[in-house]
Amino acid sequence: MTWLRDHFVDVLSLAGQHAYLAGVPLVLGLLIALPLGWLASRNKVLYPFLIMGTGLLYTIPSLALFIMLPLLLPFKILDPNNVLVAMTIYTVALLVRTVADGLGAVPDAVNQSATAMGYKRLRRFMSVELPLAVPVISAGLRVAAVSNVSIVSVATLIGVSQLGSLFTDGFSRAFLDPIIVGVVACVLLALLFDVAILLVTRLVTPWQRAGSPAA
Amino acid sequence: MINRIIAWLADVAHWQGDDGILRRLVEHMEYATTALVIAALIAIPLGLYIGHTGKGRFLVVNAVGAARAIPSLGLLYLAFFWLAPRLSGEVAFLAPAGLVLVVLAIPPILSGAYAGVEGVEPAARDAAVGMGMRGTEVMRHVELPCALPLILSGIRSAMLQVIATATIAAVLGLGGLGRFLIDGLASQDFPQTASGAILVAVLALAVDMAFALVQRSVVSPGLTGRYGKVSL
Amino acid sequence: MMNRTRIALALVASAAMLAVASCGSGSDPLASGGSTKAASAGTIVVGSANFPENALLAEIYAGALSAKGITVEKKLNIGSRETYIPALKDGSIDLIPEYTGALDQYFNKDAKATGADDVYAELKAAVPATLTILDKSAAEDKNALVVTKETADKYNLKTIADLQPIAKDLTLGGPPEMKTRLTGVPGLKRVYNLDFKTFRPLDASGPLSVQALKNGQVDVANIFTTDPSIAENGFVVLGDPKGLFVAQNVVPLITKSKVNDTIAAALNAISAKLDTATLGALVKEVVVDKLDPAVVAKEFLTKNGLG
Repeated sequence: MTWLRDHFVDVLSLAGQHAYLAGVPLVLGLLIALPLGWLASRNKVLYPFLIMGTGLLYTIPSLALFIMLPLLLPFKILDPNNVLVAMTIYTVALLVRTVADGLGAVPDAVNQSATAMGYKRLRRFMSVELPLAVPVISAGLRVAAVSNVSIVSVATLIGVSQLGSLFTDGFSRAFLDPIIVGVVACVLLALLFDVAILLVTRLVTPWQRAGSPAA
Repeated sequence: MINRIIAWLADVAHWQGDDGILRRLVEHMEYATTALVIAALIAIPLGLYIGHTGKGRFLVVNAVGAARAIPSLGLLYLAFFWLAPRLSGEVAFLAPAGLVLVVLAIPPILSGAYAGVEGVEPAARDAAVGMGMRGTEVMRHVELPCALPLILSGIRSAMLQVIATATIAAVLGLGGLGRFLIDGLASQDFPQTASGAILVAVLALAVDMAFALVQRSVVSPGLTGRYGKVSL
Repeated sequence: MMNRTRIALALVASAAMLAVASCGSGSDPLASGGSTKAASAGTIVVGSANFPENALLAEIYAGALSAKGITVEKKLNIGSRETYIPALKDGSIDLIPEYTGALDQYFNKDAKATGADDVYAELKAAVPATLTILDKSAAEDKNALVVTKETADKYNLKTIADLQPIAKDLTLGGPPEMKTRLTGVPGLKRVYNLDFKTFRPLDASGPLSVQALKNGQVDVANIFTTDPSIAENGFVVLGDPKGLFVAQNVVPLITKSKVNDTIAAALNAISAKLDTATLGALVKEVVVDKLDPAVVAKEFLTKNGLG
């Protein structure tokens, strides 16, 4: 693997680009999925529509979405923002259901107690419901993170560079080293995301470590 | 734009012939179902075994997570360089993409199968043993039916994944609906690309809905359908 | 219904994205390689098609320009002409190595010229107003129809014309865009009256095409004349007596507003030094010896006093 030694810096920079393209949408997707998921968990009529509608988004093949977005958005053809938007859409698609189910699993008694203690709607959501739903949302976020890392590599077919560029480079020269390095780097990056989400989850749910699992 | 896509889809010529939509649709489903059947033949017995015995549980949980992270495009290229020189004829086109699809389909089915069996209530299992059933009988008459909802939902998500990924197989010269995406991209024919994308999404949706119906009809009425919470 | 939901959600997502992009794009530390920002006026964004030779040529252009103190950004392996020309037109890239004949036929549906100078002149007149071509080099990389030695012997094939009686039993392989390109399947029909049994979409003279030809998955493949795999595998390049595959000299295609004397001089100096044999040898270093295109480009530039 002298190839890796000679190209370590390049691979790192591609990995950085990859992390950016896969990571930013996780945050954006979560921010969009929270209100949608909340709406779905509150409203029995909207629930099936929101869950099915967002679930549908996930059935759009990534390559297709990457190609079509420049037509709908004010971005140029090779603009990485197209990939960011596509990945955000996938993240939302995965997370709305998780958020809705996570919030829905908060026991009514807890919500009623909070209301009785004088919590208004927003405050109750922010300081009671959301924290209790964190473990479930975090599980969904981990799936989204891993799947984002994998999907982003397809963007090489539309000329956006990230670790997937190693695949096309290696393929066009019948050269295995860059492909193998790219695959391994993708898996490592996914692992990194996974660990990071786990750590953040631990940080924001200190009560979980106290021994009594959330409902 | 929308009008051009509709026009492309409405053109009868695009539906017929060796490179028409109908043919590509059939190819797409052939790739997907073949891969799914092979994956199920491997993953279901393995998952049942692991769920039943508890052996290798740690390995499976982690392998399933890691497999999700493997980029399908990279795997596809690696499979090509590994398999194509060893084969000839149509198989040399099919095998690399087939391998990737099978590898992608195994994790969801495997985790569905093992989680399904693992989630069977010990009381139900004990009752079966108490009735004189042996290991394989418990598996067949109690664990398998109880695990069926989760096995089916594993197969269902594997199917979605396989249908989506089969589009990328077109970069290795295969047919399927991915052809419209890759060819449209290469020749900057957006109506073709967009039509291909819509067709794949519609196919995925239709198959998913068909699966939902199957799921409803084959799951034992003794199970409430609330996965994980099994009451007999 | 589902489409409306989907579009609505896409809009929500894009609105959020725009908000973020507009406030965050200036301070994005990771977007160095394939930067999202519009290149500043002095920067030249060099693109390339998705095959090694073109990426190599793009590296050579990029190296020569940076040696002249010009800020260069690279976006290599973009795709086929049908993808990167729109990218050139919308300003995503500024410069790309091109091939005269293919480009002429891309811009000019009635392209007739076949000889190197005629093609160059015809192309120069056909290039859209915002773009321009600089000097062509002597280096040529043509598309060619290639068969294995066995196939050539079996049917006694020397030129494309010899395929006429047997084409209906043969499978043709090439890049996906060949199916509709003027010089592709339609051209083979028009000029040589060839109707192949099927056309198999493969890659741009890459390992897929080579492997498919070697394995007998296709009988005839479109492979570039500079491709080292031809010699490596003893493939036979079929002659083109009717000149379907016109002259294909390497030429820089560049956004007109970006050209200045320094840039033109640097790129023209490269074209003056490149010939087909040199290009073939450089491509071999990249494809067979697995050297980086950037390294091979640097070596070429240093040797010729250009970088």
